[in-house]
Amino acid sequence: MTLVREVYETLVEFVRTFGAFILFFVELLVHTPRAVFGRFRLIVAQVHNTGTLSLVIILVCGLFVGAVLGLQGFANLQRFNAEDTVGTFAAFALVKELGPVITALLFAGRAGTALASEIGLMKATDQLSAMEMMAVNPVSRVVVPRFIGGCISVPFLTAGFSAIGLFGAYLVAVVLLGVDVGAFWQQMQQTLSIKDVEEGIVKSILFGGAASLIAVWEGYNCIPTAEGVGRATTRTVVITAIVVLVVDFMVTATYL
Amino acid sequence: MSKSSDNLIEIRDLDYSRGSRPIFRGLNVTIRRGEVTAVMGPSGTGKTTLLRLITRQLLPDNGVVLVDGVDIGTLSQTELYRMRQRFGMLFQNGALLTDLSVFENVAFPLREHTRLTNRLIRHVVLTKLHAVGLRGAADMMPRELSGGMARRVALARAMVMDPEILIYDEPFVGLDPISMGVIVRLVRRMNDALGISSILVSHDVQEISTVADCSYLISDGKVAASGSPQELHTATSDLVRQFMHGMADGPVAFHYDAPDYEEQLLGRDAD
Ligand SMILES: Nc1ncnc2c1ncn2[C@@H]1O[C@H](COP(=O)(O)OP(=O)(O)OP(=O)(O)O)[C@@H](O)[C@H]1O
Ligand SMILES: [Mg+2]
Repeated sequence: MTLVREVYETLVEFVRTFGAFILFFVELLVHTPRAVFGRFRLIVAQVHNTGTLSLVIILVCGLFVGAVLGLQGFANLQRFNAEDTVGTFAAFALVKELGPVITALLFAGRAGTALASEIGLMKATDQLSAMEMMAVNPVSRVVVPRFIGGCISVPFLTAGFSAIGLFGAYLVAVVLLGVDVGAFWQQMQQTLSIKDVEEGIVKSILFGGAASLIAVWEGYNCIPTAEGVGRATTRTVVITAIVVLVVDFMVTATYL
Repeated sequence: MSKSSDNLIEIRDLDYSRGSRPIFRGLNVTIRRGEVTAVMGPSGTGKTTLLRLITRQLLPDNGVVLVDGVDIGTLSQTELYRMRQRFGMLFQNGALLTDLSVFENVAFPLREHTRLTNRLIRHVVLTKLHAVGLRGAADMMPRELSGGMARRVALARAMVMDPEILIYDEPFVGLDPISMGVIVRLVRRMNDALGISSILVSHDVQEISTVADCSYLISDGKVAASGSPQELHTATSDLVRQFMHGMADGPVAFHYDAPDYEEQLLGRDAD
């Protein structure tokens, strides 16, 4: 009996949360056009904020992921005498998968947590209520600029990640291991189609939207205490990771 | 002037609970135009909650809140925001926006709701900051302020749109005697000079008697007593006397509802 009851209550809670999430998303979308025109500077500030927060970590990680791809690719392709194609291998891996996915995960860990805890703290210290009382909608003033800022910066961060990753692969494969430089780049150009790049771009846009949305949602709906804010930041990372990987699978499947 | 138009805010038969714990049961409060109305009560009786109900940050379970005769529960979001522009509210902890400087905090409502030039905004903001004695702190960030300073900046921000109704949640806590005196007089002077109405939550019986025209003592979810500070001071009811004279024993329990002390300490209920 208690089990049935518990399942039922969990289900009700889930539906309630999901409904609230949809309403939140709709409200966010409703305020987006006005924010884009009326609060342009806030959005720019948030692009700067989320972008620069994550830039260093993303460039460093990108370089090393690319370098590892160069190493692994070289070691394995050499067995088939195909080490010239290591550039293609790295480019496919980076542009289609690792670039968007790892960027989104790093973004969630660096900027997403910052967004969630910032909004959560504003809630805990009555700043959001104070805005409400000054007849300023906190969704429009606080949430939307951060959401849009994240949506804009993630695709650029992804491009940066992939680009520096390719450079890392080049350093290892060409400079260190002696793969022919012409073959490295030319193979890549010949095999990588515009559709592959498009897949990466679509993914980065979706992941950026998801990571930003989850971060602002968790912050805006946290329990307004120190503990609640802490939990919101943790949930931001966990939920973003799950959502990004699931969406990645679905997008990959549709592009096959 | 008819009687109803003298009443700026009317709270009728209001019930409100947090979870299963009732905070208000059949509360009736009237706030008259042009007066300073004080709300007193033991800690945790729901004074802050009452302010949130008046401004519809919370909705009552039962009963209505009328502002100028309009039930604010029925307002649309746009109408609600229009109504809130008539209010200025000082939060218990200041609630300054931490990513903006003191100047920008006070300028915030102006930038959001008006199209004033920067020069005019500067003029208005500095005037308000001067009134609370913090013109020199204009360029500081909220994290650099003490609690009392933050509350004074928040007060400047609450006044900046020249609201008709100013709501103060414990404005005197954490102020030194000098600032306290200044703020008390400021509250009174703004109320009279600008013809606004003020709602003031405070524990400070002494200060309240100097500024308030009318005070409500709330206890146990209801109005326990109301009237001018003098009336409350000379009231004979045990409860009012206990609160006004700060006695631990009386009808108002100093302790939050709890199981029997002896039993809990001896651990008999810990089966
Ligand atoms: N978010 C909340 N969730 C559950 N209960 C709450 C919440 N906020 C307040 N309460 C309860 O409501 C009651 C009234 O709280 P409120 O903050 O209005 O008290 P107060 O009269 O302003 O007290 P103080 O003088 O200490 O500021 C408290 O007893 C508290 O336990
Ligand atoms: Mg309070």
